[in-house]
Amino acid sequence: MGASQTRTEPNEFQDMMDKTGFSVEQIKNLRKRFLQLSGNEETISRENLDSIPALANNPIKKEIINAIFDKRNQHESEVGSFQEIGFEQFLMVMSHFRPPTLKTTPEEKEALRKEKLRFLFNMHDTDNDGTITLDEYRKVVEELLSKSGAIDPETAKGIADAAMLEVASTNVPQMAPDEFYEGITFEHFEQILEGLEMETRMHIRFLDVGTATMRCGRSTS
Amino acid sequence: MAALALRAPRSSSSSGGRSAARLAGLLACVLLLAAGASASRDEGSGESNGTRRDPGRVESGTRRDLHPRSNLTAHKKAFPVLSFNYEHVRKPFEISLWILLALLMKLGFHIIPRVSNVVPESCLLIVVGLLVGGLIKAIGEKAPVLHYELFFFYLLPPIILDAGYFLPIRPFMENLGTILVFAVVGTLWNAFFIGGMMYAVCQIAGAQLGGVDLLSCLLFRTIISAVDPVAVLAVFKEIHINDLLHILLFGESLLNNAVTVVLYHLFKEFSQAGTVTVGDALLGIVCFFVVLSLGSIMVGAIYGLLGAFTSRFTSHTRVIEPLFVFLYSYMAYLSAEVFRLSGIMSLIPCGVTMRPYVEANISHKSHTTIKYFLKMWSSVNETLIFIFLGVSTVAGPHAWNWTFVILTVILCLVSTVLGVIGLTYIINKFRIVKLTKKDQFIVAYGGLRGAIAFSLGFLLTNNKMKNMFLTAIITVIFFTVFVQGMTIRPLVELLAVKKKKESKRSINEEIHTQFLDHLLTGIEEVCGHYGHHHWKDKLNRFNKSYVKKWLIAGERSTEPQLISFYNKMEMKQAMMLVESGSSAKLPSIVSSVSMQNIQQKGPTRGRAIPSISKSREAEIRKILRANLQKTRQRLRSYSRHDLLIDPFKDNLSEVRFRKQRVEMERRMSHYLTVPANRQETTPVRKVCFEPEHQVYTYDTEGESPRGRAAQTHPSPPDTIGLVNEATPRPNQSSALRDRDETELRAKAPDDQEEQLKLSRCLSDPGPNKDEEEDGSFVS
Repeated sequence: MGASQTRTEPNEFQDMMDKTGFSVEQIKNLRKRFLQLSGNEETISRENLDSIPALANNPIKKEIINAIFDKRNQHESEVGSFQEIGFEQFLMVMSHFRPPTLKTTPEEKEALRKEKLRFLFNMHDTDNDGTITLDEYRKVVEELLSKSGAIDPETAKGIADAAMLEVASTNVPQMAPDEFYEGITFEHFEQILEGLEMETRMHIRFLDVGTATMRCGRSTS
Repeated sequence: MAALALRAPRSSSSSGGRSAARLAGLLACVLLLAAGASASRDEGSGESNGTRRDPGRVESGTRRDLHPRSNLTAHKKAFPVLSFNYEHVRKPFEISLWILLALLMKLGFHIIPRVSNVVPESCLLIVVGLLVGGLIKAIGEKAPVLHYELFFFYLLPPIILDAGYFLPIRPFMENLGTILVFAVVGTLWNAFFIGGMMYAVCQIAGAQLGGVDLLSCLLFRTIISAVDPVAVLAVFKEIHINDLLHILLFGESLLNNAVTVVLYHLFKEFSQAGTVTVGDALLGIVCFFVVLSLGSIMVGAIYGLLGAFTSRFTSHTRVIEPLFVFLYSYMAYLSAEVFRLSGIMSLIPCGVTMRPYVEANISHKSHTTIKYFLKMWSSVNETLIFIFLGVSTVAGPHAWNWTFVILTVILCLVSTVLGVIGLTYIINKFRIVKLTKKDQFIVAYGGLRGAIAFSLGFLLTNNKMKNMFLTAIITVIFFTVFVQGMTIRPLVELLAVKKKKESKRSINEEIHTQFLDHLLTGIEEVCGHYGHHHWKDKLNRFNKSYVKKWLIAGERSTEPQLISFYNKMEMKQAMMLVESGSSAKLPSIVSSVSMQNIQQKGPTRGRAIPSISKSREAEIRKILRANLQKTRQRLRSYSRHDLLIDPFKDNLSEVRFRKQRVEMERRMSHYLTVPANRQETTPVRKVCFEPEHQVYTYDTEGESPRGRAAQTHPSPPDTIGLVNEATPRPNQSSALRDRDETELRAKAPDDQEEQLKLSRCLSDPGPNKDEEEDGSFVS
């Protein structure tokens, strides 16, 4: 780790490092970005994020912004959402996207996976009742397809219905005709996404080298 | 395809298997002799007349027995009613005989399960080749040799195309860096290390080996150090290792062909030029390499795009669609060879570029055809390659030199291992998902050499060392294929390497894969970090807005990937249901989940289903029952993989059929339930025949589809739709169809779109296991 630069503020970042697991370099870079986004303020609001030009093309932009401001992702037992968030909360959200390392034990990997799935789950479960209902799922599919031109709403519904049906069939095979499948619980959610190996897929490379400017390519993380 | 059909009888009759095996063995023996005889004939036939007139020739004794026709032609009759004129069919005859032999061998191996479990097929084939070669030699004739042209122009391309066309794009792209490092740096390291060491040892060793100069050594090493895709595929197709390892091994074997070609040409130039400086060498390498790889990729991509563009217009001539794919790919290969680029490396981009667009354009039948043909060709060619390898081994001139050969083998192993370890250490610094020691071992151990090395060896100029080199090459090949090939499976088991997951690409996974893609792109943008996902997203958008418009016909060009996935899934389910006559299995229901369990009670939100009167319902039930009997009987006699042609006989008019499909599909998509049971069969080319779009899994066999039929009103219309498919009775079906139309929901799909969609899924359900790779890199 870049020894030369950490002397200045070891304590400030220390507990952040502990909580989120980022390295000092990564925290510094993210801080630079945070300041950039917030216009050198201490907090960012939704408008700041909305104005990122690159996000305009993203179909699930709203969900992403909501997730960043979601209190549930702060690993404290609060619900609801913030109006503005500070740097620590920003880091907390970003920590969901860290990849596992070679030294991660299987239990840690499992925990990491659960954490990431939880993040996804919270994104879908907008009313925070612990289940993803059919309506919420439909909304997800609609959003996904929203940027792809004029989509027949029936198709979106059909897809969501099919997906829901699949979850129900795999998890609760025997259902009498008058029973009602409330929604996808977290366990079921885990179950159906087991094949995707979240712990290795859901990550981004956080820059470790000192640069906050736009640059693509390989970077160690 | 042939292998699939062969599997079926095997699984069904194991007791009859032994007698069948004996029969096959007998047949094979006969064929062996015939092949041997015909091979000899090609030498002797020209001289048969001569021998008759010249009894002084030494060989004539044996030959006269084999050429009875010489007697016939001597006594010419007025009207030769039955004559024996072998000459003018000789070449095709022999070729067919060889291929037949190869296929029978394949058949034979699978009938004897015990052997094929222990020994990989490639080994067995080489052994057979050895036997045949020995036989031919015993007869005293010249055996067909694995010529450069034969191998590189006819035998190799289909195999590579098969692998390239069905390359799982996502893992390949994700691991591209790693693959490149292994392929390029690894091969270079191997070549130089072994070459250098060999040279040093040769100098020390003594007079006999002193003739080996550095450049020939290096040339030789280049040939040896390349991992061979054919061998890798052949051995690993029977072992299902996880995607990552598979793609690493396979990708490496493909890409290092480029390196091999470069080095080969380079060293050849240098060896002719005499002396060479280090600067020259390095410059040469870089230059050549960049030009070569970029050039090959471009050639491949151009042809791929051409193919995609052509397929846009083939909607009226569906029959020739597969040919376009094959020919464009072959042209790419040959064009690359024209420019002395790497043909193998150009096939991969060709297949990869072509595939997403072609698949969107061609009919379902064409898709099946392409798949089957590729599998068939590559299967046959692979078999032939191994057999020829064996034959050529026996035939070729050998110069056995203990030191050299043993040294080669050992050095190969050592350098591979060292290379892998060293490279992994470096690579792991850059990778997110690190390569574990187990992975490294498999990568190192799976580096098999094969026929490419062998045929390249033949190209070596005929210096006195050539025979020694050839022998060494053959030894290395044999060693890797036999020893490593045979032991890799138990080792994989022993090390508990992660196996390939049964990828049941469910719609949930698809949704979430896409969701994740967007999410990660978004987060990257928030973090201001233009990484992986950002560029992928950009490429996808570019693809969607520009490229697709050009290359995909009609409505499909604007279809987002999720929807096309969904539609494909629907169609597959529909076809599976029809195929297995799900209506025949009404009673037993495993999962009773249906739409009403999920949807909330209450007003159906615009999905009013008009109810059927009771009398109609009774009628419908009666017809159903009658037809169920028929379909049940008919279907029982078919095995899973026979093409169910009967239900879709030609007397059904095209349009009516399509309309039925429309209705059924629409119904399917709204009353979606679980498709029929799926039997587990083990296809031969396991690399590519994986169950895909497998929405629901079945734990026990013979499970019936989770029926929705019994429960509610909507079901009879669905089963009517199915019955329409099953019974080709135009009059009846039209009457039923009228009823259907009244029962349908009042939603009119875009007719044109439906037509287009449907015209692609006519008949021929084909295999259930489609290897449709997600192609999600380019959505």
